[in-house]
Amino acid sequence: MQRLVVGAGYGLKDWLAQRITGVVMAVFTLIMFAAALGGAMSSREAWQAFMANGLIRFLSFLFIVSLCYHAWVGVRDIWMDYLNSAALRLFLHVMTLLALVGYAGWAIQIIWRL
Amino acid sequence: MPEMTKQRPKHLALNEIRLPLAGFASILHRISGAGLFLLLPLLIWLLQLSLGSTQASAETFAAITGNWLVKLVLLGLMWAFLHHFCMGIRILLIDIHVGVEKQQAHSSAMAVMVVSLALTAVFGLKLLGAY
Repeated sequence: MQRLVVGAGYGLKDWLAQRITGVVMAVFTLIMFAAALGGAMSSREAWQAFMANGLIRFLSFLFIVSLCYHAWVGVRDIWMDYLNSAALRLFLHVMTLLALVGYAGWAIQIIWRL
Repeated sequence: MPEMTKQRPKHLALNEIRLPLAGFASILHRISGAGLFLLLPLLIWLLQLSLGSTQASAETFAAITGNWLVKLVLLGLMWAFLHHFCMGIRILLIDIHVGVEKQQAHSSAMAVMVVSLALTAVFGLKLLGAY
């Protein structure tokens, strides 16, 4: 049976992106937990040396990008579920997007200059 | 015929609905995610201070994280993260058809609640300096 596909068509892509970014963050969380057990957070110096490591910086970058994409989909869903006014929704979508892009730049700048 | 006299459309009284445990854990997933999003600037700022090279950033970090109100907020964020993490794993498992049955879904929701609260206690005591 041919099914009529309605909507903007971004649902499946975002659903999948939400899972992939979630997995990336979960794996990173486990790595950080293991690092903490290994003493990477035992002192300020140890923490800074750990975060300056090239591989960790690479993974931190992926975490930040994943977090912001994940938060965008999640927060946008909240606005879509509860707000009826299209104008208010558009405004909050834009604000959310601008905030997250800014946070991403800020956080990446913090880890990348180490 | 009571079916004929049913009121339509039906309006759900949100304050009277008792969510099943899985529904409760699910709405907490949304609430915890929203909370993490709203306080993300605080977390990035703390990351910045923790990685700052100056003495001033070290002192500011110590002063902020030493504040009791901040500790309380961080404890809340810790629970939010852990709940979101555990619930996320539950969602991924259900996506691959693990634990879809009603009883299993109830048990896994209970596991999410218990594990995230227990981990919050373990990490929270560390945050509050108990060990």
